[in-house]
Parts: sequence; C-alpha cells; structure tokens
Amino acid sequence: MTSIAVPAPTSSNKLSWVVSDALVMAKRNIIRMSRRPDYVIFSTIQPVMFIVLFNYVFGGAIATGTANYIDFLIPGILIQTVLFGSFNTGVGLAEDLKAGMIDRYKSLPMSRSAVVAGRIIADTLNNAFQIVLMLGVAFLIGFRFHGTPIESLGVPLIALMFSVPFLWVAAAIGVTLKSAEAVQSAGFLWLFPFTFVSSAFVPVETMASWVQVLAENNPVTIVIDAVRGLTYGDPSMSAIWQSVAWSVGLTVVAAALAVDRYRRV
Amino acid sequence: MVQAVASAPPRLTARGTTAAATVVVEDVRKSYNDVHALNGVSLQVPQGTVLGLLGPNGAGKTTLVRTLTTLLRPDSGRATVAGYDVVRDAEALRASIGLAGQAAAVDDYLTGLENLEMVGRLYHLPKGEARRRAVDLLERFELSDAGARRASTYSGGMRRRLDLAASLIAYPPVLFLDEPTTGLDPRSRVGMWEVIQGLVDDGTTVLLTTQYLEEADALADRITVIDHGAVIAEGTAAELKRQSAQSVLSVQVEHDADLPEARAILGRLGQQEPHVDEQERRVSVGTDGGSEVLASAVRDLDAAGVRIADLGLRQPTLDDVFLALTGHAAENGGSQDDDADGESARGGV
Repeated sequence: MTSIAVPAPTSSNKLSWVVSDALVMAKRNIIRMSRRPDYVIFSTIQPVMFIVLFNYVFGGAIATGTANYIDFLIPGILIQTVLFGSFNTGVGLAEDLKAGMIDRYKSLPMSRSAVVAGRIIADTLNNAFQIVLMLGVAFLIGFRFHGTPIESLGVPLIALMFSVPFLWVAAAIGVTLKSAEAVQSAGFLWLFPFTFVSSAFVPVETMASWVQVLAENNPVTIVIDAVRGLTYGDPSMSAIWQSVAWSVGLTVVAAALAVDRYRRV
Repeated sequence: MVQAVASAPPRLTARGTTAAATVVVEDVRKSYNDVHALNGVSLQVPQGTVLGLLGPNGAGKTTLVRTLTTLLRPDSGRATVAGYDVVRDAEALRASIGLAGQAAAVDDYLTGLENLEMVGRLYHLPKGEARRRAVDLLERFELSDAGARRASTYSGGMRRRLDLAASLIAYPPVLFLDEPTTGLDPRSRVGMWEVIQGLVDDGTTVLLTTQYLEEADALADRITVIDHGAVIAEGTAAELKRQSAQSVLSVQVEHDADLPEARAILGRLGQQEPHVDEQERRVSVGTDGGSEVLASAVRDLDAAGVRIADLGLRQPTLDDVFLALTGHAAENGGSQDDDADGESARGGV
C-alpha cells in the first residue's frame, strides 16, 4: 500500500489551486447555508414577501407610467434583493474570522483567496436561486416579460452579474470589521442609500431635485434601467454596456481589496 | 513523492529535512507596540521528539506557535520547520505541518466526516484519499459513530479530538498543538495524551504548549520553560526537577492564623524561601535533608503550638521547578488565551 503525499506548491499547481480551493470552500458554504434555518428563510421567504408587500401596498399609489406596477417593480426588487443578500457575505466571513477557523485556514497550504472566493461563489449561487424563485412568484401574480426570449434571459443574468461586486465589497467589509454586528450596521449605512436613491421602487423624476442627481448617477439606477428595458422589450444598449462596465470594474477593485484585507487578518 | 507505509496509522517521515532538528528557532523576536511577546527565543526540536513549551499566561507560547505556523511574521531572528524558513518558504512549510490551536477549529454545521474531508482537500489530497483518511482518523479517534453527525452535537472532548484529527489528515511530519487539553475534563485529558503519545510513537515531531506541568511531564521528551517571551530553563523533566532541591517539605496547618509561624519554621529548615498557599493553608519549602528534617519540623511546629493538618516530604514536581524559576505558580487561573500577542481574542467557540 502506498500513501499519497501532500503535494508541495509549485508555480503551476498554485494557479489551479486558486480555483479548486475556492470550490472546496464554496461547497462548504453551500452545505452550511442549506443547514441553517435563518439562511433558508432569508433566501426564500424574505424576497417573496417583499414582492407581495410592495406590489399590493405601494402598487396602487405609485404612478409609474405603465399599466402594470409589477412589471416596473420586479427589476427593482431583483436588484434590491441580491444587493441586500450581500449582508450574508459580510456577516458569514466575520463569523468565520471569529470562530478560530481562520487560524486553521491560514496554516493550510490552500490558496490565500479561497476563503473569500468560496464565500462569493456560494453566495452567487444563492443569488441565482433567489432570482429564479422571485421571477417564478412574480409570474404567478401577474409579472410578464415583454421582450424576446434573449432579452428576457438578460434580466436574471444582469441582475446576477451586478450582485457580484457587491458581494466582494461586503466581503471586504466583513474581513475588515471582523464582527457580525458591526457588519450589519455598516451594511445598513451603505446598502440602503445605494438601493433607495435609485429607480428601484419609484421613478427618479418624482424625487427631490438634488436627490435626482444622485439617483441618476447611481450604478444601481443604471443597472435597474437596463433590466427594466429588457423586461419591457425596449432594451437600452448603453445602459446594458454601462452595467457590464460597472460590474466588472467594481468587482476588480473590490476583489483586490477583499483579498488584501484577508491576507492582513 | 510516494512513501511506503506498513498499515493504517502510517509511519511518518519528515520531508525536506535532513537535519537532526526538525524545528529550529534562532533568536526570534516579536513585539506589539511596547510589548515584547517574544524576546529572543531560541530552541530546537529533534526529529521524532516532543518538545513541551511550558509557561504561564502571556509568556509568549501562542505567539511562538503562531510564528512557527506562519500565522505571524517574526520581527527578527530565524526559524525553520521541516527545513522550510517560516518567512521565505511559508507556502511549502504549510504543506508539512498540522496545527491544532486553542479554539477547536471545527465547523459546527458540517459533520465530523465532512470537516475532515474538507481539510484534506485543502491540503490538496485527491478526493478519494481525503475520504479514506477521514474515515481512518474518525475510527482512530473513536468518532466513527459520530462521523455522520454535525459537529455542533459533539461534546468538548469530541470537538478536540476532531480538531486534532483534522490537523493530522495530511499525515504532517510536524505537529503544533497549542494547549491541546485546556478546558477538558481529567478523563478526556488522559485520553488525549494517549492519542498524542500514539502519534509520537509513529514518528511525528510535536511541539506542544501547555500550562499543565503534569502534561509536559507525561508527554514531552524535553521541556522549554518560557516566561515574558524568553527561555528561562530547558531540559528533560528529570533534569529540571534536579535543578530544584532534592525534596520538598510541605505542611498544611489547621488555622489560617498559624501560617506565619509555620512559614518561619520551614524557612529555618529549608534551603529556599518557603512558598505559602493561603487558600490551601499550606507552606512548602525545598530541602536537601531527609527524614531528620521531617522530625525537626514536627518538633518545632508542635513546640510553637501549630496544629498540623498534613505534613510530608515528597519528590519535587515540575510545579516546584516552575515556582522556583518564575517566582509564581503555573496555574494561576485567568483566561485561557492571553499570550501577549495583542490579537489573541480568539478564544471560545
């Protein structure tokens, strides 16, 4: 019988470990999420509740210029939900740092980015699940796509893509603050203005004029406008390209920041 | 690299080192602001032996372990583990060590088996191999029945065993154990000692920190005593004991009021300053004398009207050595994790 020795790091296998280690950590996080009732509730009941509440409470009061408020609402809710989901990323990482697991991870020959990247992969999958779930529920209460199948497919894809940089920002905050409570508070401070000073729930034209300036330049507005255009079957190519640019740019910056902060823990 | 192994607990050989010492520490220093957590520590651990790192809270034990496992960078000095420099070859070093820290690094939401498999995969073992070893280790640590249960259902002792098993999944040639039995009940502690002894018999080099003198006595081939970030004594348990007096005269009095009198009498009979434990109402002192000292003690105490609850002459323990070296007792309570490394608020789970 022979035993397989632990491979020593070389420049070539280190590169492949960046991916494989992140996947091992992603699997760990997905198992954890599926076994935590608070996560399951956060991921399923909450977004559904928001759709139902917003539609039936605000739906009658907000003049959106279209016949159907729900068609206006769903793109906003999709983005809001995946952005707020980043709370979990920050809190989860802060918990990991606290629980003594981090010393083990840092003493292992694993890739330095894997703890954070694995978390992001798992949360991205969770976001994909939530987006599909929300579209399903929305469909039941009257939401419809008005564009081509490809335009319709763009709706969940852009929503998912735009969630990634926010997960990285939340990860950077999580590994910096290292406390679940502090991450929660910080989340309220940056996520609420970002989401609400945007076209997510009400048309920007109805806001106070100085807020309009902020809302119009908020990447959240740009992304929601792109998603809304695709929903209505009236896509704005410039909004779509700007969404892609924002997503990629923010991800690069936030990921570098998050991994750097993790190394310093 | 393929190693031939005989049976399930494989013979472990250190890779990447030919030197006799597997762990070499030379004048390592580490400070946090004004606190000198490590103040020029040097030590060696020969291959296949156990070094017990003994010291009170805040002595620098955890800081040294964190330095040797690449969690901290030393300010100056040099340290190698299995031939790898802790700063220059940190990545290669990590593939050759296992670490079980003070807080059991166990994922509560994963089962015991999943915990071990995950760590195995992070050492880059192939899937099948990680699972095979995980199953083996669960059996070896008497966790087979609990392997499919979530770790959150485990007792403290089981968590410690799972944590130790995780640190072994790569069959590392060098193992670092930071207070492996802190917080365990006496029975679990002895069980843990047997497990560690078994690893050493298989050829693993171990550096373990402890506050428990009997633990160092039971497990360590050599003991290094550190205090305030510096080595203050080094040797086998027997050698250290020889550094103190030949025997210890110890008296327990019935009344607190008699303590000063007893202290004065023992001070005259012994070779050192007596140590007084007020809670236990006990005074002890090192002496090179034999039974005649015991007789004198009985006579003098009786003449002074001191009522004796217990009186005896015994072999010195590491406690006595520790006391003589540091001027304070080893187990002085306090928190579990207060090594002066400034960022060690990681206790508890």
